[in-house]
Amino acid sequence: MSKELLDLLKLLDQASELELQDVTIEAEELAIEFLPVVMQTMAVTAPEAAVALKKVIELKMEKFEPPVIKYPGSIPEVQIGATRAEGGTRGKVIKIGGETCPPFYRFESPPKNRPVIALDVFDQPIVPLAGPVKSAYKDVLEDPAEWAKKAIQVYGADLISLHLVSTDPTLKDTPPQEAAKAVERVLQAVDIPIIIGGSGNPQKDLQVFQYLAEMTAGERLVFASATIDMDLDAVAKVMSKYGHNLVALAFMDINQAKELSRKLTEAGLPKDHLILDPTTGALGYGIEYSFSVMERIRLSGLMGDETLQAPLSCAATNAWAAREAWMKVDEWGPREYRGPLWEATTAIVGLLAGADMFMMMHPLAAKIVKGLAEILSKPKLDTKLEEINYNDWIRMRV
Amino acid sequence: MPKILRPLEVYGVLPQTNCGECGESTCMAFAAKVADGVADITQCKPLFKDPKYKSKLQKALEVTRPPVKPVTIGTPPCQVIIGGKRVMYRHELTYHNPTAIAVDVIDDMDADSLIKRAKAIESYSFERIGQQLKLNLIALRCVSDSPEKFAKAADMLSKNVSLPLILCSYNPDVIEEALTVVGDKRPLIYAATKDNWKEMLDLASKYKCPIAISSPGNLDMLKSLASTFVGTGMEDIVLDPGTFVRGDSLAETINIFTMLRRAAIEKGDKLVGFPLMAVPAVVWMDPEGDEVEKKMKESYVASIMMTRYADLLIMHSFDPWVLMPLLVWRQNIYTDPRVPPSVKPGVYEIGKPTDVSPVFATGNFALTYFLVRGDIENAKIDAYLVVADSEGLSVESSVAGRRLTAEKFAEAIKSSGLDQKLKKKVLIIPGRAARLSGELEELLPGWKILVGPRDSSAIPEFVEKVLKKEMELT
Repeated sequence: MSKELLDLLKLLDQASELELQDVTIEAEELAIEFLPVVMQTMAVTAPEAAVALKKVIELKMEKFEPPVIKYPGSIPEVQIGATRAEGGTRGKVIKIGGETCPPFYRFESPPKNRPVIALDVFDQPIVPLAGPVKSAYKDVLEDPAEWAKKAIQVYGADLISLHLVSTDPTLKDTPPQEAAKAVERVLQAVDIPIIIGGSGNPQKDLQVFQYLAEMTAGERLVFASATIDMDLDAVAKVMSKYGHNLVALAFMDINQAKELSRKLTEAGLPKDHLILDPTTGALGYGIEYSFSVMERIRLSGLMGDETLQAPLSCAATNAWAAREAWMKVDEWGPREYRGPLWEATTAIVGLLAGADMFMMMHPLAAKIVKGLAEILSKPKLDTKLEEINYNDWIRMRV
Repeated sequence: MPKILRPLEVYGVLPQTNCGECGESTCMAFAAKVADGVADITQCKPLFKDPKYKSKLQKALEVTRPPVKPVTIGTPPCQVIIGGKRVMYRHELTYHNPTAIAVDVIDDMDADSLIKRAKAIESYSFERIGQQLKLNLIALRCVSDSPEKFAKAADMLSKNVSLPLILCSYNPDVIEEALTVVGDKRPLIYAATKDNWKEMLDLASKYKCPIAISSPGNLDMLKSLASTFVGTGMEDIVLDPGTFVRGDSLAETINIFTMLRRAAIEKGDKLVGFPLMAVPAVVWMDPEGDEVEKKMKESYVASIMMTRYADLLIMHSFDPWVLMPLLVWRQNIYTDPRVPPSVKPGVYEIGKPTDVSPVFATGNFALTYFLVRGDIENAKIDAYLVVADSEGLSVESSVAGRRLTAEKFAEAIKSSGLDQKLKKKVLIIPGRAARLSGELEELLPGWKILVGPRDSSAIPEFVEKVLKKEMELT
């Protein structure tokens, strides 16, 4: 018996469950099937050419091993909101992040915290809203406090993202003291934590954030967003002084995210007060860049890059920039369904890439994504797969 | 981490004669393309024909075999290749072989309805960024239990449409009857299970058809069946680990698909290195939920499974609003991660513009360009379209991120030569870049700056109601 065949038989012996039914099997035949050394002398066949199949009688039993990997890094947990005991006034607090493996790799570990949904509220109805969105909020558009209540009580939002659009220098240029009234009213109307969004103007936002951070000291809110052209030192200092969280908005660029993270933490922002937002492009309008940047940020964080260890924020609201979401086109089907599905799909892509906090608009889209986040984040699943007659799908009558 | 194929590895197993038969001038250039996944090793003719390269060929096939084997369904020119994946994450290397999407039909529909639905599936098309987004296969489900009926339906399908078929039944008699009629068209057989695998394997080998192995929720059995099939030389396999969507089971479905793909790519487990299939159509088995809820769920389950490694999807819903997000996400995710889809910044003429025509400006994201161009054409006006460099991003994102600034618009106008050429200088900037208008007025003295609509679809209305008056005034 050749050495190769001995080795082979030893190998087969180790696979105890494997049964060699055909005991008259020829040594050459085995060699051809298993040994690469001999394979090189085989007659070569083109990949698509038909191969004469060998008869088998029994199943070769195999075991599937979950492909678990160890990650040197993990994502900090960020707490949003503070109760009275913690120095704030919130009735509920929210925790995001804390991941120790890629998103929903349950074979490694179930998610520590469920991704959360913030519904958008604007301090002034000056931003044009898509038809399907407007109809959901038409009775509260003039009053951010009522709007926030409806978003929570009727539509089940986990938190509110209050966008102070009136502060935009190209719109109303409301001063911080004026914008603060809406913040105060919303904080009184609801007892969950809120995200305070600026206008996107780096100089004005810094002024607004400085004023409001002090006014809401101890509430542990989220301010959105610090950008690369903002005075990062100043914004980091004011956030850490008054104990708030900060979203750093990078422009679909992993290196910019790293730079923001490094500068903010160097200026004193605690690591567990930072949330990264790599910018969310709408489905069909650059979402793949958001998807890939989010995946890279999360994987790099898990592999030990400290600057990228932060929960991720995803503005799925941007989906409404896509005309496929809101435009009336008969052959595309009703926009009442199409729009929310477009926003939900945009958010779901972010969810699978690792996003922890979503800013959304349409109640139905928010409901779908929250429901999914709940299912995907359960520590233990209730449904037993063997109780589902999956095979019946072929014969279903629909 | 996955083993990325390197050009030098490929070069090592090529004849290295620079014969040019593959269309590349050198073997090295060809090797680079193979490593990038844009050329296939089979395009090297001498390697496959010349007996002196026998040992090289064997090595070449081993070296270039992706961790997830490509499987062909159908025959040319109507074939679909699924699988062939080399990486888990899109940013590592462009994903190849886009997820194939099948829509179902059943065998006891009357002939007219069957043909009508099949033809509708085949002709469904949605144009985006110059590409036609289409469906790829028809899944014929056996609900009649009758081999004759099933075979007759398969026959009708193959005579009326050219999309490849998936023959769905767990009954080998049913499958065989259909294969006697359409077996030469290489349909996908669905499915071999722990109970029928011997008969199904015989059929797949007899008719040389690819075959799905279905082992819902049981990965040991899935792998055992795959191992058994591979042991006989049958490698045209598609794996169906089960698509569970009821209650909280979707979490486990995602978990299973993710484990299988990582095992294949990052752990080199060859026995699960085959395309994966998911069946979002199962949402229709749930007694709860109304029709719209089911359609929405089917759509997002399909998008989820495509993101989490399904190479083949079987759908039941066929409404445009259900399919659009899925088809668009597929188009998005199967692009080169290194290059944003963009057009060259510069001046584009629409119609026959003269020295009194208006100038529209936008960013250079390809989709923006095509949409804006189409909408200006719809307005039936001769105009210039100045495309500023927004770094391949949409107007909204690039203005927010300050990649598209007033300076860039001004620069684009100045380098276009339009400043000297035009008698009437009217510039329309996108509504989403409205905040730049003040700055632009300073940067472009002598120009009238108008803020256009937020979405370019309103350009025809804007031209009628605003622009025409302004052009007369100027």
